[in-house]
Amino acid sequence: MKKLVILGAGTAGTMMANHLRSELDKHDWEIDVIDHRQDHYYQPGFLFLPFDIYKPKDLVKSISSFIPKGVNLVSDKADKIVSGEKKVVMQNGDVIHYDILIIATGCDIAPEEVEGMNGAEWKKSVFDFYSFEGSLALRNKLRTWKGGKLVVHITEMPIKCPVAPLEFAFLADSYFKHKKMRDKVEITYVTPLSGAFTKPKATAVLGHLLDDKHINQVNDFGIRKVDNENKKIIDYEGREVPFDLLVTVPTNKGDAVIERSGLGDDLNFVPTNKATLQSLVSPEIFVIGDATNIPASKAGSVSHFEAEILTENIKRFIKGEPLKEEFDGHANCFVETGNGKALLIDFNYTHEPVEGTFPFPGIGPLRLLKESRMNHMGKLAFRWIYWNMLLKGTHIPFVPTQMKTAGKHF
Amino acid sequence: MEKIIAGKTIHVNEEGYLTALSEWDKSIASEIAKEEGVGELGDRHWQVIEYLQGQFKQEIPLSIRKIGKSGVVGIEEFYALFPQGPLKKASKIAGIPKPASCI
Repeated sequence: MKKLVILGAGTAGTMMANHLRSELDKHDWEIDVIDHRQDHYYQPGFLFLPFDIYKPKDLVKSISSFIPKGVNLVSDKADKIVSGEKKVVMQNGDVIHYDILIIATGCDIAPEEVEGMNGAEWKKSVFDFYSFEGSLALRNKLRTWKGGKLVVHITEMPIKCPVAPLEFAFLADSYFKHKKMRDKVEITYVTPLSGAFTKPKATAVLGHLLDDKHINQVNDFGIRKVDNENKKIIDYEGREVPFDLLVTVPTNKGDAVIERSGLGDDLNFVPTNKATLQSLVSPEIFVIGDATNIPASKAGSVSHFEAEILTENIKRFIKGEPLKEEFDGHANCFVETGNGKALLIDFNYTHEPVEGTFPFPGIGPLRLLKESRMNHMGKLAFRWIYWNMLLKGTHIPFVPTQMKTAGKHF
Repeated sequence: MEKIIAGKTIHVNEEGYLTALSEWDKSIASEIAKEEGVGELGDRHWQVIEYLQGQFKQEIPLSIRKIGKSGVVGIEEFYALFPQGPLKKASKIAGIPKPASCI
């Protein structure tokens, strides 16, 4: 009996457990999934929770309910991976040997990376919405906030879901309009990038939306510290942005187990082949989702496309066949723009998001890089798809693993 | 696309980044530095440029954080040398692609 171990039961790890249990022979392969947590969060919902669009109960289910029969869920904390001996050492001293290891440990916020970020004002006037606790605390703050300077801020790239902070700014505009207090709120979007987004065409569209919604932009802002006393953020060139409410996306880092194992870069992301998803550390170690260092977005849709290719590559690896070099960096993201609308972007390593129709060329029904109510319905429907199809490894109809160029206006 | 910089024809992408480091030389760097508002390049600029090119040749992805820890230049000095988006500007002047740390 051989053993495949998946480290992490988040979005990517859970998808891999489901894919592989149905693909690998039960008599030959035992599958373990290691994760000490109990709860599986629908992370895209963290964007909506602060605005009372979703309730906490909409966003959480138990990890175990998505782990298929025939897979052992090990609910303990891993201490480190010893790649030379093909084993995972657990914090309780147990040792789990593997023939194949899939690292799916994701990434998380690290506010301690910036001076003063998790200081005296943390969760008082400085918030994140990338954690369940942060998002919930922000909801409570917004419910009673009287207005002032709202600063939406990105610390440094890469971050999980790079469009989420923009969506937050758009939804905030909508939320305060709805509460009839938009005139009491000044919204400023502060980013280390030179524009609203990372790719030129989407940046132009999204930058326009910021202007339309009277959201100020501060670009190329490399934050040095949060001044808690005077409530302002200061960058390396001495520029200052004052705030009454700071909603920041702190530095995102890979899991500490990667650091303890000596397998990551300086942000604990694991060096990974961007086409095959095999780690550069050791051939029997593969990496998926936010844990990798590949130049693709850190997002659930990316993990979904990766999972289909990684499943194929695990099967090939077992048979000793060459791996498929097919992962193209495909990402497909709904971008909430407020007032019940959203736009959709579809892109990969080489093709930036452009206008067009999706998934059927020339027909749609979804429009790329254009606001529509249909796109917003798509985003809301996605929660059902996530719980009922995505995690179970079901192929989403009409949405191909590799990006298609048909129907797009390059 | 082609562009004439410092009297030489070189190839750049739509954002003005050189597409082949082999076409780069110091006079081209000085010219791009002026276009980018960085001004005259001094010893410290050249040391940083050399470091960036070295990292690029070894296919090591660049980020401001990494450069700050490199021992070549601190983050504050890096900003002082190449104001307003130092990594982006320094990369353009060094003739290497726009860093992928913004995806």
